[in-house]
Amino acid sequence: MSPDSKKTFRLDGREIPFREGQTVFDAAMAAGVYIPHLCHNPDFEPHSSCRLCTVIVNGRPFASCTQPAVAGQDVRSDTPELNEMRRDLTDMLLVEGNHYCPACEKSGSCRLQATAYALGLQDSHFPQLFPHRDVDASHPDIILDRDRCILCGLCVRISRSVDKKNVFTMTGRGIATTIVVDSPSGLLADSKVSRDDEAVQHCPVGALMMKGEAFKVPIGQRPYDRAPINEDSVARFRAREAALHG
Amino acid sequence: MASKRKIATCSLAGCFGCHMSLLDIDERLLELLELADFDRSPINDIKAIHGVVDIGLIEGGVCNVENVHLLHHFRDHCRILVAVGECAMTGGIPSMRNHHSLKSCLEESYIRGVGVENAHIPDDPELPLLLNKVYPLHEVVRVDYYVPGCPPSADALWHVLSALVTGRDPHLPPALLKYD
Repeated sequence: MSPDSKKTFRLDGREIPFREGQTVFDAAMAAGVYIPHLCHNPDFEPHSSCRLCTVIVNGRPFASCTQPAVAGQDVRSDTPELNEMRRDLTDMLLVEGNHYCPACEKSGSCRLQATAYALGLQDSHFPQLFPHRDVDASHPDIILDRDRCILCGLCVRISRSVDKKNVFTMTGRGIATTIVVDSPSGLLADSKVSRDDEAVQHCPVGALMMKGEAFKVPIGQRPYDRAPINEDSVARFRAREAALHG
Repeated sequence: MASKRKIATCSLAGCFGCHMSLLDIDERLLELLELADFDRSPINDIKAIHGVVDIGLIEGGVCNVENVHLLHHFRDHCRILVAVGECAMTGGIPSMRNHHSLKSCLEESYIRGVGVENAHIPDDPELPLLLNKVYPLHEVVRVDYYVPGCPPSADALWHVLSALVTGRDPHLPPALLKYD
C-alpha cells in the first residue's frame, strides 16, 4: 500500500497529516505538536496506562498513544480541561510515590518532573502518601528504587520484547501495585539483568538507575535544563521520524 | 499612593535556605521595601505578628508542635499564605524520616549513633514535641500560593512577591519553575 500523504485529521483546529497505521499521538508529534505523556516511548509498544496523553476524539476521550489516526476526525488536546486533568494526574503521581526532587540524582533528566514543569504544576492539592517501598541495591551496576516508580511499565515491556529476558513484572492491585524482579530471591543481583539491557536505559524517572552515574552532569546542563520537555520530545520525535521515513 | 503591604516570614522544619534566597534578591530588596514592610520575620527578629499582615511566607514543613502553633498563628494573621520551597510544599528532605518510626529515628540519633556519649533521648521540657511525621503545610492549614524549589531562586521569589504586593497573579513562568 502506498502511503497517502493527503490524509489529515484536525487537532485543535489544525490539519495534521498522517500515514496509514499511525496513531494520533505519533502523527501529532511528527507535526510538531507536543502531547504530554509518561508511559509512552515511541521506540516501544504503547501501553496507554498513564493517561496523560488523553485527547478528545470526536467528543470522546481516548489515549492518543494507542488511538489510530482516522481521516477527518476532530481531536482536541490543548484545552483547559485536559491540561487540568493532566496536572492532577501528574500531581497524584508525585504524591503517591516518594519523589524528593532536591535529593534525587535523576532531577533535571526526570520525565515526571519535566512534564510537571511543562504543565505548570506550581501547587499541591493532595496529601502526601509517604508509602513504604523497598529499594533493591543488590546489583553491582543497577539500582531499583521503588520509591520513584510510577508504574509506567516501560521496563516490563522492554525487558520482555527487546532484551528477551522478562526481568520485570508488576504484582499487586491498585495502590498496592509494585514492580517485582524475576529471580529466585526476588533481588536484581540474582536476576538476568545486566548494565547493557535496554530496560534499564529508558526509565522515565529515577526508579531504575545505573550506579556510579549520580550528579555527573552539573545543574544547568542537565537535559531539561537545556530544553523543556515539550521542545525536547518534539525534536527527538521529528528526528526519529526523519530517520525512519525520510 | 496606596498604603504599604505588610509581609511576615518564618521557617518551620526548614534550613533557612529559602530565607537566604529571599535575601539573594539583592538590590531588589530596596524596591520591595518601597512597596512593603516586614512584620514578624527572622530578618528583623520580631517574634510575633501584631494585627493582620497581607502576605505570610512560610519555609519548611511541619515537624513538631511548635511548628503547628506557628503555622496556625500565621494562617490566623495573614491574608495570603504562601508555602515557600519544597519542604513547605511536600515535606521535603525532613520528611524522609517518615519512612521510619519516630522512636527508631530518635534512637538512631541519640542512642545508637556513632560517637554518642551519655546516650539518652533529650527530654528537656523546652524542646518542642516531635510529630509522628513531617507534613507539608497544606495538610495542616489552607495555603493560598506555592513557590517550589530547593530553594526557590531569588528570581522566582521576586516574581511571586512582586506580583503579590502589586495584586497580580503570582504564576511562575516555565523558566522559573523548578523543584530542586
